[in-house]
Amino acid sequence: MAILEVKNLQKKFGDLTVLKGVDFSLEKGQTLAVIGASGGGKTTLLRCLNFLEIPTKGQIFVNGKLIFDADDERTLTEKEIRQNRLNFGLVFQNFNLFPQYTAFQNIALAPKLLAKEKPEFAGKKKAIYDEIDKKSLEILNRVGLSDKKDFYPHQLSGGQQQRVAIARALVLSPSVLFFDEPTSALDPELTGEVLKVIKQLAEEEMTMVIVTHEMQFAREVADHVLFMDEGIIAEKGSPEEIFTNPKNARTKAFLGRYES
Amino acid sequence: MFAEVLAALSKGFLVTLELFGITLVGAIPCGLLICLGSMSKIKPLKAVLRFIIWVIRGTPLMLQLLIIYYGPGLILGSNWWGSGEHGRFIATIVAFIINYACYFSEIFRGGIQAIPVGQQEAGAVLGMTKSQIFFKITLMQVIKRIVPPMSNEIITLVKDTSLSRIIALQELIWAGQAFMKSAGIIWPLFFTGVYYLVFSGILTVVLGKIEKKLDYFKV
Ligand SMILES: Nc1ncnc2c1ncn2[C@@H]1O[C@H](COP(=O)(O)OP(=O)(O)OP(=O)(O)O)[C@@H](O)[C@H]1O
Ligand SMILES: [Mg+2]
Repeated sequence: MAILEVKNLQKKFGDLTVLKGVDFSLEKGQTLAVIGASGGGKTTLLRCLNFLEIPTKGQIFVNGKLIFDADDERTLTEKEIRQNRLNFGLVFQNFNLFPQYTAFQNIALAPKLLAKEKPEFAGKKKAIYDEIDKKSLEILNRVGLSDKKDFYPHQLSGGQQQRVAIARALVLSPSVLFFDEPTSALDPELTGEVLKVIKQLAEEEMTMVIVTHEMQFAREVADHVLFMDEGIIAEKGSPEEIFTNPKNARTKAFLGRYES
Repeated sequence: MFAEVLAALSKGFLVTLELFGITLVGAIPCGLLICLGSMSKIKPLKAVLRFIIWVIRGTPLMLQLLIIYYGPGLILGSNWWGSGEHGRFIATIVAFIINYACYFSEIFRGGIQAIPVGQQEAGAVLGMTKSQIFFKITLMQVIKRIVPPMSNEIITLVKDTSLSRIIALQELIWAGQAFMKSAGIIWPLFFTGVYYLVFSGILTVVLGKIEKKLDYFKV
């Protein structure tokens, strides 16, 4: 069964229809790369899936369970949406780390706040927090930054900040992790370290959706590739199919721009 | 003579200090309310508050003080403030709180609006509630941003208190000037400057310390 299934997702901003009915599904452990020209709706798609924008129409299923239906009021309450968000993680183009917290605190903050809501929290605060601290350190280690634990974001390079941001998303163990152009705000010499972390996650079978302009990377890491164009998925296929033998004329034209 | 001057000036300074403290304590929460109103989704409220802020910030505090003190008596025929020093003090406080609340509200608004929306979004996708986002993420960043402009306003307020001299509130300047009439000496007036300097000097140091405390992160 698909871990994530998106059906007929649409998004309008006023009169502008940005997503015109997007359908796709994703199996557990797979990595999906989303490519496409600027303005095609890639960011909007990720923002809709994380409910930073509320889709105008469409449905979202996680592990076969309907979590969102634009036509069903009950799935639109603030409480419901907050709950649904926890299925997913989102890594932003410009990191959005919290500047007043250290790398470690950035990672541990959200799980600690969530732990407070659990009924068993009252008696076991210390044990629960210790557990979260331990997990946060492990994840910081996984992105190769245990030595930067107590550094504030402004003391880290862009690449390091983005790795902390990835760790911050991972600590909540999302079913699917989304990336919106995770390296496009970085200097070229810093993209490698971030891509390496993402590749490592792919090897560990994290389920991921990655919007990227790094074609070589998409080719290497993705199980499937979506080409988005003007609010629809114009073509989907294996990296091999999309990159060496695209069928859609617009996919061809788009990829042509990345050649040589 | 010196002891006499010192006693009189200190008495005036106490009034200045009171005016300063009450204005600060009153204007910060009022400023916060005006700030929230001026960013409200209720259009008429927003428009009215923005207009008031524009008027208050665009006209001299001295004029506002004169209107607030004399206005009720001359226009409405009844002196709201009561007679004597107490009435003058209340009128001054009201004028100062209104004036400073408007300035503070704009500082608060600037501080809040300067926080990139990505900060809230990052909190939201991590499952935080609106209030967690405000208290755990936004608030500290807003504080960091508003401390320097607030410090400037607070130092300005020290000196602005002397404007209340215009309605003869018996603050520091008034106390110094009194010796010109009574004893024909001007040095007590000059000496009031020492009070202002020392007081604003202390505040500068304290506010600087607070600013330094927040230096551990950058926004
Ligand atoms: N909040 C919004 N209000 C109005 N229009 C919006 C909004 N957000 C996005 N759009 C519009 O939606 C369209 C798609 O934008 P989107 O950011 O999703 O594209 P993208 O594929 O991510 O592009 P890029 O590769 O440049 O990041 C654009 O025309 C954009 O102007
Ligand atoms: Mg985008």
